[in-house]
Amino acid sequence: MDYPEGNQALAKLRATFPDSIIEVKEFRRDITVTIKKEALLSIMQFLRDDEELRFNYLASISGVDYLKIEGVENRFAVVYHLYSFKNNCRLAIKTFVTEGSLDIDSVYPLWKTADWQEREIYDLFGIIFKGHPALKRVFLPEDYEGHPLRKDYSLEGRGERSRFDYEEG
Amino acid sequence: MADEIKEIPTERMVINFGPSHPATHGVFRNILELDGERILDAEVEIGFLHSGFEKLGENRSYNQFIPIADRMNYLSPLNNDVGYVLTVEKLFGIEVPPRCQYIRVIMCELNRIADHLVSIGMHAVDIGAMTVFLYAYKQREIIYDILEFVTGSRMNNCYPRVGGLVTDVPEGFEEKVKDFADHFLPTVDDIERLLTRNRIWVDRNKGIGAISAEEAISWGLSGPILRAAGVERDIRKDEPYSSYDHFDFEIPVGTRGDCYDRYLVRMEEMRQSTRIIQQAIANLPGGEVNVDDPKIILPPKERVYHTIEGLIHHFKLIMEEHGFQPPKGEIYLATEAPNGELGFFIISDGTNKPYRIHVRAPSFINYSVFPQLVRGHMISDAVAIISSLNIIAGELDR
Repeated sequence: MDYPEGNQALAKLRATFPDSIIEVKEFRRDITVTIKKEALLSIMQFLRDDEELRFNYLASISGVDYLKIEGVENRFAVVYHLYSFKNNCRLAIKTFVTEGSLDIDSVYPLWKTADWQEREIYDLFGIIFKGHPALKRVFLPEDYEGHPLRKDYSLEGRGERSRFDYEEG
Repeated sequence: MADEIKEIPTERMVINFGPSHPATHGVFRNILELDGERILDAEVEIGFLHSGFEKLGENRSYNQFIPIADRMNYLSPLNNDVGYVLTVEKLFGIEVPPRCQYIRVIMCELNRIADHLVSIGMHAVDIGAMTVFLYAYKQREIIYDILEFVTGSRMNNCYPRVGGLVTDVPEGFEEKVKDFADHFLPTVDDIERLLTRNRIWVDRNKGIGAISAEEAISWGLSGPILRAAGVERDIRKDEPYSSYDHFDFEIPVGTRGDCYDRYLVRMEEMRQSTRIIQQAIANLPGGEVNVDDPKIILPPKERVYHTIEGLIHHFKLIMEEHGFQPPKGEIYLATEAPNGELGFFIISDGTNKPYRIHVRAPSFINYSVFPQLVRGHMISDAVAIISSLNIIAGELDR
C-alpha cells in the first residue's frame, strides 16, 4: 500500500501549523505526528474539513502512560487514530499531557464518537477532557478511587492478599 | 372520544431496562425516560463485565494475550485472535505463509457467519419469531463442529499464534468446510423467506433506529451498521490483510440505516462469506503454516526432545522473562470483525510484554449511539435496536 496521501497530509500540516508540530515518526508505514496540546482542536478540525485530506473518521482514541519508558518527558499521551474515506489512508496524532496539568481539549465538538472514548480514558487514566458534555467514569463505579491503567497502579489491589497464611487455621 | 383520550394526564416515568434483562443479551443497564410507551431520553450504564483486559495484556507475554482476545467477542473469537496476531506480526514486520493466511480467512469467515446467525436469530427471537432462531442455531452448530474439529474447542478457540497457527488443519478439513459451504445457502434463503417480507418483521424494523451516513461517521460506527447507513466501507476490501485481496466478494450497503437494513446487510454478508470460503477452499495452497523463525514459533516436539537447539528455542520462548521480543514501536492495525472495525493499538518497549494494548472494540463504539437511536421510539423498539446493534458485553466492557 502506498502512502502518498499521508505525506501530502504531512506537507500540508507542516505548512499550516509550522509551530505546533513537535515530531513526525514513521514505523512500519504508520505515520504518527506529535503535536502541541494547545493546537489540538485546530489541527483536528483542519484534518477533518480540508477538502483534499478529509480525515473525517476518528477510528480510535487511546491513552498511554509513559511512566516506565525512558526518555519521554511528559508522562501521559492521548493518541488519535484518524482515517480518511476519500484517500483510504490513516494518520495518528499524538498529544502529550503532563502530570501537572491533566487537562486537554475534548474533540467531542468534532466527532461524537469521542463521547465514550474520552470517558474511557478519563476513567482509566484520569486525564480530564475540557468541553466534554458529561465527563464521568464509564466502566468503573462512580466512587472508585484511582485509575487502573496508570503504570503505578498496584497490581495486587487494595486489601488483596498476595498469599494465604495457612498456619492461622 | 378522541378528545377524551387526549386529556388523560400522563406522567414521565423512569425505568431500568437491564442490567439483567432477557432482551439485553448481556449485562448492561439502560435507563429509559418514558412518556407512556414513548422513549423521551435514554442513558446507558456499562462496565458490569469490565475485566481489565488491557491491563491484563500489559502483564503477560504476547502470545498469552490470545486467550484474552478470545473472550472479548465470544461469538467470533477467531476474528479477535487473527486481528491481534496480525498486529503483532506487523510489529515484527513478518508475513505468514499463504497457506496460513488462507486458513485464517476460512476460519474468520466461518466465525463471521456464526456471529451473524446468532445476531439475526436473537433479533428474531426478541421480536417473537422463534423458528428463525432454531434454523440459525442448527447451522451454527455445524460451524462449531468444524471449529471443534480443527481447534479442539467450540468457543474461545485460541487457534492462531503470532507467526502462524497452533497446528495445521487436520485431514478431512477441506471436505467438511466444502460440505458446509455447499449446503448452507438454502438456510439463508429459508430465513429470508420467513422474515424479509414478513409483515410483522417489516413493521417492527423498517424506519426503526435509523441513522444517516454523516451521523454514523461522526459516531465512529463501523461494520454492518455503517454499511446499512449507505457507506461502502469494508476493511477487507479497503485495507486488505491476510490475502483478502485474492478473493472475489461484494460489499452490501443499505440506504436507510435502520434495523431492517442492518438485517439485510448481515444476510447478504453471510452469502458473500460463503463465496469467500468456497474460493479459499478451492485454492487452498500447500506448504507450511508457520513462519520459519525459531525465535517466534515453538519448535516441533521431536526437535525439543532430540536436539539441543530445539530445547534451547523451546526454553527461550516458554520460560518467564524470555519469549520473543519485538522491536520498539507503536502500531495500530484494524481488521473487519463481524461487528465492525476491530483495532489493536500496541506499544512495544522492546521487551517480551506489550507496554500498552488498547483495543478499539466495535461494540463499545457502536453502542454509544444507542441513546440517540431510541429517542422518540416506543419501548418495544428499543429491543429491536439493541438486537440489531448486536452488542457483545465482553467486548463492550473489556
